[in-house]
Formats: sequence, structure tokens, C-alpha cells
Amino acid sequence: MFVRKTLLSSAAALAVLSGAVAAQAQQASVPVVAVDERTRLSDGIMDAGQAAKGLALEHAVAPPPGFFDPAMIFAPPTTQEEGQALNARIQASPDTFSPLALSNTDMALSGNRLFVGNFNGFNAYDVSSGKPELILSVVCPGGQGDLSVHGDLLFMSVEENRGRVDCGASGAGGAVNAERFRGVRIFDISDLQNPRQVAAVQTCRGSHTHTLVPSSDPNVLYVYNSGTSGVRRAEELSICSSGEPGRNADTALYSIDVIKVPLDRPQDAAIVNRPRIFADENGRIDGLWTGGRIGVTSQETAQTNQCHDITVFPGINRAAGACAGNGIFLDISDPENPKRISDLFDPDMAYWHSATFDNTGDKIVFTDEWSGGIGARCQLEDPATWGANLIATVGGDGKLRGRAFHKLPSAQNASENCVAHNGNLIPVPGRDLMVQAWYQGGISVMDFSDPMKPVEIAYFDRGPLDADRLMVGGSWSAYWFNGRIYSSEIARGVDVLKLVPSDMLSPAEIAAAEAVRMDVINPQTQTRVEWADTPDVAMSYVDQLTRSGADAALMREARAVVDGWRAGSADAATADAVAARLTEAAGARGVSAVDARRMRALAGVFERIG
Amino acid sequence: MPHPLGIALGILSLTAQDPTTPARQDPPASPPIFQPGAPGQPTRTVTAEQAAELARTTYTEADVRFMQHMIVHHAQAVDMVKLLEVRGHSPRVKALGRRIAIGQASEMDLMRGWLQARGQPVEAHDLHAGHGAPAAGGHDAHAGHADHAGHAAAPSETPIMPGMLSPAQMARLAAAEGVEFDRLFLEGMIQHHQGALDMVEELLALPDSAEDTLLSDFVTSVVADQSSEILRMRSLLAEL
Repeated sequence: MFVRKTLLSSAAALAVLSGAVAAQAQQASVPVVAVDERTRLSDGIMDAGQAAKGLALEHAVAPPPGFFDPAMIFAPPTTQEEGQALNARIQASPDTFSPLALSNTDMALSGNRLFVGNFNGFNAYDVSSGKPELILSVVCPGGQGDLSVHGDLLFMSVEENRGRVDCGASGAGGAVNAERFRGVRIFDISDLQNPRQVAAVQTCRGSHTHTLVPSSDPNVLYVYNSGTSGVRRAEELSICSSGEPGRNADTALYSIDVIKVPLDRPQDAAIVNRPRIFADENGRIDGLWTGGRIGVTSQETAQTNQCHDITVFPGINRAAGACAGNGIFLDISDPENPKRISDLFDPDMAYWHSATFDNTGDKIVFTDEWSGGIGARCQLEDPATWGANLIATVGGDGKLRGRAFHKLPSAQNASENCVAHNGNLIPVPGRDLMVQAWYQGGISVMDFSDPMKPVEIAYFDRGPLDADRLMVGGSWSAYWFNGRIYSSEIARGVDVLKLVPSDMLSPAEIAAAEAVRMDVINPQTQTRVEWADTPDVAMSYVDQLTRSGADAALMREARAVVDGWRAGSADAATADAVAARLTEAAGARGVSAVDARRMRALAGVFERIG
Repeated sequence: MPHPLGIALGILSLTAQDPTTPARQDPPASPPIFQPGAPGQPTRTVTAEQAAELARTTYTEADVRFMQHMIVHHAQAVDMVKLLEVRGHSPRVKALGRRIAIGQASEMDLMRGWLQARGQPVEAHDLHAGHGAPAAGGHDAHAGHADHAGHAAAPSETPIMPGMLSPAQMARLAAAEGVEFDRLFLEGMIQHHQGALDMVEELLALPDSAEDTLLSDFVTSVVADQSSEILRMRSLLAEL
């Protein structure tokens, strides 16, 4: 959520402005934010009004003990007496919690265990029965508590000055404090009755987010750390110094941290590189944005000197960085030395926040966290290109190109913090679907199969926590984890949702997605999904082609083949014949690239069963 | 540890407890809450109350003053955009101005809410005393509005706070039109935004400031937004 020190310079802006304008001009239709059934839902913390399309809420799990203050805003008074008591308490002791101090944050999944980060620690749930059952609570304050999991190790980001090495809360005051911890904590969670902190890797700018990067050595795991806060003093951590590169070539700005974790000795985890991924070809480490070169003003500016989030796709040795002032594309063949391939700027992107690849790595969804997540940025008067997703494509030359914006199409009100936030892919074969959190804008599923025409196909939303006052809440992350969508609700706990069929999504498409299983899911470490040949997968393509108006007779035949297969007797000869016609149709003029891919994929399935 | 809960059970029975422990008094049983120690140090268990207590953050007088001042600071940007709507020229400058006004107005709401929730006055009582504020002795915080200051004498060249436009600057802006207005607006807003960045920097340099989570979050988003808006304004200024 946080952002810090994103001072951009003008030179870079001008340098890339033309490309960015082109991105907008390419968009097939201008996105529109309109009033709909989500706009005027009734407020409430645990009883707000709800609206849903294509999604159904299965479970809503309230925050566990110790992770909410029963007298504070997240547990509203239910009687007048309680209300008066709360008011009296607030008046008497204004030194109360910041609601954010108990916020739920990012999530990861390992086996049947769902891990939910929190500014105050983390919680783990067993989800094998469907309903999340709390199995572990750990307090360790410091925010934001973004986390990842690998085997028995759990990694957690800590960035606030109040964080302490010993997980305590007695504070770490002063400019220099030996007890202060800002960086990546590593917990051993092999024994849920005795979770232990085994390492605490201090970093210069703390840890806002981090990303696990596997290596070819099975005993080594890398962590890319993105720190976005101020640089700490050398007296506190000797490797740190701040300042612009002109004055300090060793500045801790303009880099990320690469942490190497020996898995048999995680206590030895340490920073092994701080690569200058913003450097230009001449070795200027502030190569992406350099201030003053066009002489607009002489004001001192800082530059894109941090990443907010990096998503790696180890299968293709690539990573996408959302790095404050721009999006970048990295080669991570050598994980210790990531190299920038290309970068992208867009004047409508206030703060490049996160990145999500499609399943091939040819497209990247970048998000713009305009105003940092605590502002109401989905109001009717807010432009639909601000605080939105930018769909970018990766060219054969490795260049990123901005194609279209997509924003939650529902106007939210002034008391709902709302902007594009975290999500991941829903593995429906033949389509690029991403489920995404929009804070109090709710959860939205975007189809970006056509990068020029992203469109919403499902949603779930609640009314505001409070109708009159903006209280920060809503979905921090919404992720597809093995058949269900889990949403980490900042104030309300954990929600579990399932896809339900609609005119935009068929039962076969849902079944095909639900059949995909992964052992471990850290959403910032993407893996390519391969679908097995099943009737649901085949029918998904048929449903999609039918929806986009493919030849009706051909689709009828294809449907008959799948129905026969499902009933236990696939008609091999017909399957082969239909496959041939599909292949031919895919090459015909006027067929969209998306549909051509579906036809070839379906033909492939039919050939294999034929 | 008293709770024999184990992951081997797969699905945990929430009533599983040591038989010697009285079950009735407890709320629905949940796993113990752990507070790990530093690496190499043991983990201990804490109660739910202690766990929540660990999240408690405090704020300083400087934090309060920062929020009060920033409200006044932001109000000026909203005023400037009101002028832009009627006197400005370039649609692109107007679009940017609207975005700024939207952002600043909602941040003002957030700051007021933060102060009110902590029982702090929304208005800054120290502004009139220092900084050469024109409405000496006044008790409201409206001195940030240039028109308020400009009735009697010639408007002052001294801003009410560092980082704001002076009453004289605001008067010149209000008198300009067209492209000249756009230029003054952009220059003024860049100065204004830079002022907010300076205010944040000043706050963060103070011991124990901005430790409150919401405040910390707020100042970081102020930096991000205003910085990128400065960038955009410089681009526009170069094209005038």
C-alpha cells in the first residue's frame, strides 16, 4: 500500500510521452466508470449491503482474536449503550489504534494452508474443508506484513520504523536504534506449536514487498526485496547511505536487494547484490529518470529509485517490475543479476504498483495505485484511466507497449478507498482472466484476452464501512488459489468466493479452472499453467468460440464431440475431422488472434483424442 | 503449550482442548497466539489482548501539527483549481488541475478524520502567530485563502506557511487569464507541491514522527502523488 519518495523527473516523461499517448490512442473503446448496483450499497462493518455478479460469497471469516480491537471501529457497537461507551472511550483516550495497524494484507498458499499477512503479524488457516479454520496466529508488528511461503519457511516484509528485531512493540525510537528491524523476516513454520523467527535480514529501505525467485540450485532460494521507505542511517546499518547518485555513488536508492537464502541454513540468509536495475547504457544508475536535462526548472528532483513490486516468471526467465515512475521488464536468467530489457512510462500512471503476467508472458497487467490506497479514487468524476490497470504487451524485441486502460467500471462513493490493487490469474483455458482487489471497490474479474479491450466479467462488492466517513478497508488482495478466490479484507477478515456461471463465463470454463491445482502459490512468483486434455477444457474453447460468433454448425459438431467424450465415447473420426476444419478456420481472414488461438488449441485436443 | 492442536488433524476441531482445561469460560477456542523472539531466541505465547496491544501506535505533537498545516496547504490548491476552471486556457492543464483538486480535497477529508478521531482540533492555532500571517489575532484557519487577506492592504508577498503561495501570488494568479494564467498556475502549483514534499521531509526528520500507521501511509502517498504531478506539470509547462 505505501509509497514513498517517488519524485519523478521531467526528462523521462518527455522522452516517453509520445509512446504513452499512442497507448491511449490505440485503445478501442474509452473505459467508462458508471453508476451501477454497487454504487449505493448500504454501509456497515459486518453487515454492509452486498452485490455480486458471476461470483458467490461462500465464507466470510471475521478477524481472529488479537487482530482486532473489539472496542474500535472494526467491531462497531450494536446497541446504543455500546455506542455511548465507545464514544466515551475515544474521548477519554484518543491515543488509540490506527485502524491500519491491524490491517490484513497480502496472502500466499501452501498445500491446504492459507497465510494472511497483517500489519501486526500473520495468521494461517486450514482451507481443506472449504471454510478457513484458524490454525496459527503470530504477532510481530511492523507492517505491511506482505508474505510468501517456501517449504517450512515463511517470509515477511517489514518496513515501519517501529518494527523490532524481537517482534516486540516497545518501540524503536530515535533516528538510530539497534533494536529496530526493517527488512525481511524468515520464520520456520514446520512446528505450528512453535513458530520461530530464524532470520531477520536488515535492508536499507526496509521491505515493502518481496518476491521469491527459485534458482537452479535446489538448496538456494533468492528473494528480491523492494524497499520504498526512507534510507536508514549508516550508524544503524553500515551498508546504507542516502542521497542522489551525483553526490553519493553508493546510495541505497536506485536499487533492489537480492537476498540469497541457503535452504539448509536459512539463518545465513544475506543480501548478495543490490543491482542497479534503473541504470542506463552509460552506467548512470539513475538512468531511467534524470532530472533537469531539459532545463524546465532547476529544482532538485529524485527519480524512479525503487520498485514497489516485482513479479517473476521463472519459466521464461523474465520479471516485470512496477517501479514507481514506470514499468520495467527484466531478464532474470541469472537471478543474482537481473538485467533490464525495457521500460515503459505513461502519463496516466501515477504510481506503478504491481505487475501480473498472462499465462504466456506476452502481456503484463500493470496497476496504478493512485494515492496509495487510502483515497476514494473510483468516484464518478475520477477519470477511468487513473488509478486503473494498464494492459501492456511485450514485443518480440522485448519492448513494452501500453495498450489499454481498465478500471473498475462501477462508481464508488467518497467514503470508500478504492484503486487498482493486487490480483492474479484465473486459469480458464483460452482466456486471460485476472481476479483483482480494488479495496472498498470490491473484487472484480477482468478479461484481458484482447489487450485492446479489457472487460469486467464478474464482481463482488460490499458497501462502505461507514457511509459518511472514509475508513480504510476493503479487499487488499484477491487471489485464485486452487479453485476458489480468497480475499484478504483489510478490516473484515478473510472472504472465500466461488465463480458461478453467467453469460460471460460457462460451467465448463469454471470447471476447467477449478481443476488446476498447484502445491504452492506465491502470486508474485508466477508459474505457467498447462491444462490437461479434458472435456471441460475442450468445452471451454467451444463456449468461447460460440460466444464470439464462430461458425454455428462447426460449433455444434464440436460440442457433440465433447458431449460424447464426456459420456465416455469420444468419436475419434469426427474429432479428427472437426480438428482439421478448426485448423483451417483459424487461418481464415477476419478471425481474431484470440479466436484463432482457441481454434488451434481445441483442434490440438481433438487430434489427441482422435 | 497447553493446546494440543496439530496440523496432522487436517481439519481442526475447534473444540479440541486439553481435557484438564476448563473449556466453558473460553470463547470459541482458537490456537494460541505466538510472539516470536529475535532469531535464535524462543517464541512465547500472548493473550489476544496483548496481541492487539502490540499494534498500538502513538503520535506526536509534530504529527498533529503536520496534519493541521497540510489541511490549510491543500485548501489553497483547491482554490487555485477553482480559478483555473474559469480563467485557464489549456484543456490539458484543466484536466490535471481537476485531478489535483480531487486528490487534495479527499486528502483533506482524511486528515480531518484522522484529527477528529484523536480528539485533536482540525484547525491549526499556531498559524496566525508566525509566518507573517495577515489576519493577526484571528482564530480560524481561513487565512490560507488569499482573498481573505486581500481586502484592506496590498497583499503580502509572505506566504502564510512555507510551501504555499503568498497572498500577492494568489492575487496575480486571480488577475491573469489564458496562457499566462496557465503558466502562473503551473509554476505556482509546482511550488505548492514542492512545499508539501518539504513539509513531509521536515516531519520525517523529527524523532518518533509518522509512526502512526495511517499517518505514515498518508505521507508516503502525498509524496508519490505530488511528485508525479510535479513531473506532469513540468512537462505541460515546457509545452506552453
